[in-house]
Amino acid sequence: MGAAPEKHLSLQDPQAPGLGGGRRSRQTMDTSESKLSLVTKAEKVPAWHRSGLNLDFGFHGLLLAAALAVLGIVALIVAELIVRSTLAWQKFGLHFLAGSEWDPVSGMFGALPFIYGTLVSSVIALVIAVPLAVSVAVFVTEMCPKLLRKPIAYATELLAAIPSVIYGLWAIFVLVPILRVYVDAWLRRYFAWTGLFSGPAYGVGMLAAGTVLAIMIIPIISSITREVLAAVPQHQREAALALGATRWEMIRVAVLRNARAGITGAVILGLGRALGETMAVTMVIGNRPEIARSLFAPGYTMASVIANEFAEAADDLYLSALMEVGLALFLVTIVVNILARLMIWTVTRGLPVRAHAQ
Amino acid sequence: MSTAVEVRNLKAWFGPTEALHGIDMSIASTHATAVIGPSGCGKSTFIRCLNRMHETNPEARAEGEVKIGGMDIYGVPAVDVRRRVGMVFQKANPFPTMSIYDNVAAGLKLNGMRDRRVLDEVVEHSLQQAALWEEVKDVLKKKSGASLSGGQQQRLCIARSLAVDPEVLLMDEPASALDPISTAKIEDLIFELKQKLTIVIVTHNMQQASRVAEFTGFFLMGSLVEFDRTEKIFTNPSDKRTEDYITGRFG
Amino acid sequence: MPNKYRKLRRQLMDYFFTGLAGSLSVVVVGALVAIFAYLVIRGAGALNFSFFTEPPRPVGEAGGGMANGILGSLMILAIASVFGVPVGIAAGVYLAEFGRHRLAKLVRFTADVLNGVPSIVIGLVAYGLVVIEQRHFSAFAGGVGLAIMMIPTVTRSTEEMLLLVPQAVREAALGLGIPQWRTTVSIILATARSGIITGVMLAFARVAGETAPLLFTAFGNQFWSFSPGQPIAALPLQIFTYAISPFDEWHRQAWAGALVLVILIVGTTTAVRFLFLRSTLGGAR
Repeated sequence: MGAAPEKHLSLQDPQAPGLGGGRRSRQTMDTSESKLSLVTKAEKVPAWHRSGLNLDFGFHGLLLAAALAVLGIVALIVAELIVRSTLAWQKFGLHFLAGSEWDPVSGMFGALPFIYGTLVSSVIALVIAVPLAVSVAVFVTEMCPKLLRKPIAYATELLAAIPSVIYGLWAIFVLVPILRVYVDAWLRRYFAWTGLFSGPAYGVGMLAAGTVLAIMIIPIISSITREVLAAVPQHQREAALALGATRWEMIRVAVLRNARAGITGAVILGLGRALGETMAVTMVIGNRPEIARSLFAPGYTMASVIANEFAEAADDLYLSALMEVGLALFLVTIVVNILARLMIWTVTRGLPVRAHAQ
Repeated sequence: MSTAVEVRNLKAWFGPTEALHGIDMSIASTHATAVIGPSGCGKSTFIRCLNRMHETNPEARAEGEVKIGGMDIYGVPAVDVRRRVGMVFQKANPFPTMSIYDNVAAGLKLNGMRDRRVLDEVVEHSLQQAALWEEVKDVLKKKSGASLSGGQQQRLCIARSLAVDPEVLLMDEPASALDPISTAKIEDLIFELKQKLTIVIVTHNMQQASRVAEFTGFFLMGSLVEFDRTEKIFTNPSDKRTEDYITGRFG
Repeated sequence: MPNKYRKLRRQLMDYFFTGLAGSLSVVVVGALVAIFAYLVIRGAGALNFSFFTEPPRPVGEAGGGMANGILGSLMILAIASVFGVPVGIAAGVYLAEFGRHRLAKLVRFTADVLNGVPSIVIGLVAYGLVVIEQRHFSAFAGGVGLAIMMIPTVTRSTEEMLLLVPQAVREAALGLGIPQWRTTVSIILATARSGIITGVMLAFARVAGETAPLLFTAFGNQFWSFSPGQPIAALPLQIFTYAISPFDEWHRQAWAGALVLVILIVGTTTAVRFLFLRSTLGGAR
């Protein structure tokens, strides 16, 4: 290992010229000496500030407490739902989820009609929303003129800003009459053979609920799909185009295929929203705890039954049963959400981390 | 001539990788010492260990002894070390939301200094020392630090470091992102500053090292290959590897 | 198959799918326009001065307004912000500045999960936590419910904004010997200020329209209430009650309320987007 440095440092030569050390005189600095003495180090930093380390410790603790609060809240939600529904699951056990009779007067509580209604309305919503949402995303990221990109993206985001209760209001006075007068008859004429469109058409019912849900989940599906499409590397598109692909072929081969898992994730996230959506659905689904094949028939969802009946549930068993519906809804949406996050993550994780890289 | 920074057997890691393999170095006070070497040789890591900035990377770890003015920097709080050892970074990094004045005063203010009169004085003095005062004295509180040109920003960062009155100023390739004129200004500044404080400058530019520094250390693959008077390093190095690097036979 | 024919087919497919995606986009944007237009027409027709100054009149009597609901909403939102914003920001700072180990990952993940919990379930929990304990409905209970909904949104947006602050700014501050907490509070938070405000306002706008968590916490009230310990009216609740009522006059009021609520929310969202997001970190990058 090279020359021992001490040897050279012992050379008493403060003005060591180096190769260019003498280029400057030191005169310029002379005046500064007196000025700086005005402010000695002790004056600059108050003594209490030297204990910055303890404050750091406390600060870290404070932030940690807030972060733990997030975990605590979720734990509290779980605990609250489990404890408050004890009565119901002790009395009915698994039959609670399989039973189809919901009669508060006689104390019979089976949640199957709500589970069915929740699933069916959400599936209808997905069937309508997915093609629309994915189309918007593909159109905005891959096809449309630059000028239109922002307005369309902004419009879909505005849809997300409208509160659920206002969708419900709009659905009662606009959507339901339209369904009753035009759409129902049309579906009945061409699709009666499926058995899904029969019985009296009130306007309110599963179909109305599913349609309004569809409008509500379009923004989330399309905005996440947009993100996922944007994550597809540009060179993939170029590779397809260089092979002589048309734009649509490029989208199909290079973009959609690469983004498949992420789009599925977006759809599942939309499903999660649809499952838990309350107000708009409550206002147009008809609120009848029955399992009917026809989509025109009124139904009920897990969220709606809580919204409608919780405030007037008088006895403990009734309250407890509604809490258990809430618990089931919570668990289902959690599972669906986690699934969606994992799928989206598999697509976007390859992106460079914005964080700390600078 | 006294020693400002005494480094003994300094080792540094990034995760499991050892980036510095036991550095020994005595840095002369009120002189400039240059640290040169090819990219990735550990020269930046080395000076970041001198004010414990190295450990702000959560993967990073350092071991060994660094004494500054007799104080073992790994034995006192990092915050106290950094008050006495200023640092200027490769890319000028003024606080984007602060005015020029607030940028310079930041170190004092955030360490609890409230006296307006003293702050004004320190700000003016620091900007003068950084040769920026004349250019900005009329817009001190009007313009944000980020609105200055690249070279001015870097001198602002130097002023900001000087305001806390450090004993040692570490400069990590301070001019590598600047044009030749701005670079010349920074170099002039180093001449001024080293009359009063100790400067350690990392540079990939050997001419710069030879211009500004009395002493030069050559790093290669995490080791200090040779440390000597700059003149000697550049004209008559004792190690073959130093000679290869100086004469351009290395990266 | 002749080459020419195949080429034409490919070109036609391209046109077809472009047209399809384009027209479906038009449908979505059209739906938005239709909803907004209808809302504005019905709402503006029903809005008048007394809407903002009077509480509801008894059924059958014309006139009256939702002034108590507007005030109630603001009170509930204020309570929610007092609890939700500090916790959300602090947790976000934790994730951004110390968030590289397993615990932080868990917190981040949990925040995302919490974001997906249905609002009606949050209502149940707020009921269990506050209403059962206090034995009566209250504005406070509603505020707790909305606070729980604000926290994950604020946390994640704060974290995102802080991660946009260049590492160089942190280094500059630490390099001056400024303690970590000071660096974070005075330098990093200050740098990301407008972004964090944006996140908070967006979270605020999001919960402002929430109805489900208020159903059995704030409960609603036909009269003025100024006490956080009492059942209180809220704009979304009142819209809900009126919308499902059989009275035409109430339907009119519901549309007026809906217009006011949407203006409040969309106004906040849009204003924040234009005022703050543009300037966020303008100098830092």
